[in-house]
Amino acid sequence: MKKVNTVKSLIYDLFKDYRFVVAFIIICIFILLVILSFFSPYNPQRMYQVPSGLPPSFKYPLGTNWLGQDVFWQLTFAVKNSLIIALVTAFFSRIIAVIIGILAGYKGGTTDRVITTIGDTTMVLPFLIILIAISMILKDWTNNFFNLGILLAFFSWAWDARVIRSQVLSLREREFVKVAVLSGMPTIRIIRKQLLPHVLPIVFTTFINNMSWAIGMEITLAYLGLGIDPTVPTIGTMLQTAIYRQALFMGLWWWLLTPIVTAILLFVALYWISVSLSEYLDPRARFQRIGFGK
Amino acid sequence: MSFIKRYLIPRLIQYVIVTFLGLTAIFIFPRLLPVDPVKQQLTQYQTFGVYVSPEQQEEIIKTLKQLYGLEGTLWDQYIMFWKRFFSGNFGPSLSRFPTPVNQLLAMALPWTLGLLSVTTILSWIIAVIAGGIVGYFRKKWMEAIDILIMIIRPIPYYITALIFLILFSYIFPIFPLGGGIGVGRTLSFNLQTILNIIKHATLPALTLLVVGIAWQFQSMKLIVQSIQTEDHVIYAKTAGVDEKNIVFSHIIKNAMLPMITQLGLQFGGIFSGALITEMVFTYPGIGQILYDAIMRADYNLIMGIMCISVVAVTTSVLFLDLIYPFFDPRVRYR
Repeated sequence: MKKVNTVKSLIYDLFKDYRFVVAFIIICIFILLVILSFFSPYNPQRMYQVPSGLPPSFKYPLGTNWLGQDVFWQLTFAVKNSLIIALVTAFFSRIIAVIIGILAGYKGGTTDRVITTIGDTTMVLPFLIILIAISMILKDWTNNFFNLGILLAFFSWAWDARVIRSQVLSLREREFVKVAVLSGMPTIRIIRKQLLPHVLPIVFTTFINNMSWAIGMEITLAYLGLGIDPTVPTIGTMLQTAIYRQALFMGLWWWLLTPIVTAILLFVALYWISVSLSEYLDPRARFQRIGFGK
Repeated sequence: MSFIKRYLIPRLIQYVIVTFLGLTAIFIFPRLLPVDPVKQQLTQYQTFGVYVSPEQQEEIIKTLKQLYGLEGTLWDQYIMFWKRFFSGNFGPSLSRFPTPVNQLLAMALPWTLGLLSVTTILSWIIAVIAGGIVGYFRKKWMEAIDILIMIIRPIPYYITALIFLILFSYIFPIFPLGGGIGVGRTLSFNLQTILNIIKHATLPALTLLVVGIAWQFQSMKLIVQSIQTEDHVIYAKTAGVDEKNIVFSHIIKNAMLPMITQLGLQFGGIFSGALITEMVFTYPGIGQILYDAIMRADYNLIMGIMCISVVAVTTSVLFLDLIYPFFDPRVRYR
């Protein structure tokens, strides 16, 4: 009974925040687009299926592009694919961050120092250039949502691992953990039962931030012709195709504007959800929203 | 003495370790490239229709390997890499053979440094002052700024740059589409050239400023909100100190320290963002030659850019760490 009430009050509190409401609506629209993509009448990779270069109309809600593709249905695939990359990245980088953060924080000593140094190095390096170099080297390998997601995950755990580490460092000194240690609880069990529940809020809010970062990175890599195959629609490749085919010079503004507006809405929605969630979960966690400059 | 021992030396050691690890990573990555630069160069000769006899080919391969530092075992190459790094000689560029990489970097670096330093310092100062004032006073009309920042903050550099390019170069053609000083002009010291440089740098600088301010404004506001509840501020308020005085000498002064730490942590991201922005505006800095190098798989040039970038970023962060004690007496006298 109590649980139902807390869930109710959680939802109630969150919906009092206008940012959460706006973001929630935007995300719902995007989820709808993802669902629609399964009912698309067109194959997203085939060209010249509809007349090319038509402005938005009732039949083609977002117009058609120069390659004879319906922009609206392309968009549904793009949102789905970008979200898949984002989810894979966020999932794997959270796993790395949690393991490394807890290990460094709980073990301390040399382990902590080595891990912190490696983390600091990856944080300080101009990661973009290294990411570019790796995606050039592994061009065929990253041509796949899952692999690209894993690659991005390897570049985004450091900051969050650091936050988790500092959390664990303070938890370690708390009484309930000491009681657990003294009563002979195995380390794995302490981590799972005593530490993990306290770390989870951070994991959740950074998960959303990380998704947003991954989508941005995918777009940037697509601009450089790296990452996903340009014929597979993601937000990045859609934008890149429109730029590469001179959409603006030909007056096909709907072709260029669609991915830009989608990207902005997605970034704002994800950011607002993470901000309102982290403020709700822990007012002190506001400092996280400062975020790591990516 | 204790300051040097406890603060300076650990920082310097950290600097050396981080730079060393970063550069080692750079050495390893390109060697995983499936593209063999030597073979690539040979095919290029063949496509020009030059006949190369097998003996000559051997000779060419040997020379090229020497040129690109691909001789001997991996360990030998690693030693060579450090020798090259310390002598500051990254070999010739592949795509613009035989121009040395050094020369290309030397040509591009001033552009990037100029753009980056001006925008970073300016955006930091604006964000600290604006964030301090908005965070402290919290007037009704300031909420508009808040919402605007909340919208700009999550948008990455590339999209921001693109929006500025479309808005102010295509739709309202106020600024040029790209470039550094315009076609056919050479660098010289006269008013016309300087005006041209400013005109070309406005949009890239605006992009970096907007994103930088949005990032730091957020942090500043949060820091201010926590300082506001500290005893010395409450005391100053009850003692009737002028509000302006409180904001500038009690709040902003104290918030500057964490803001410098923030800047150090974000600098890698800011640097990467500057490169992307330069690519979008074809601004003749490091970002632009990096774009060229990626498109033409220019091995040496990418190496040179990566080395320069790592050293530039780690050194900037070290520099921030070293000026920290000037702002914080607690670090100085510990």
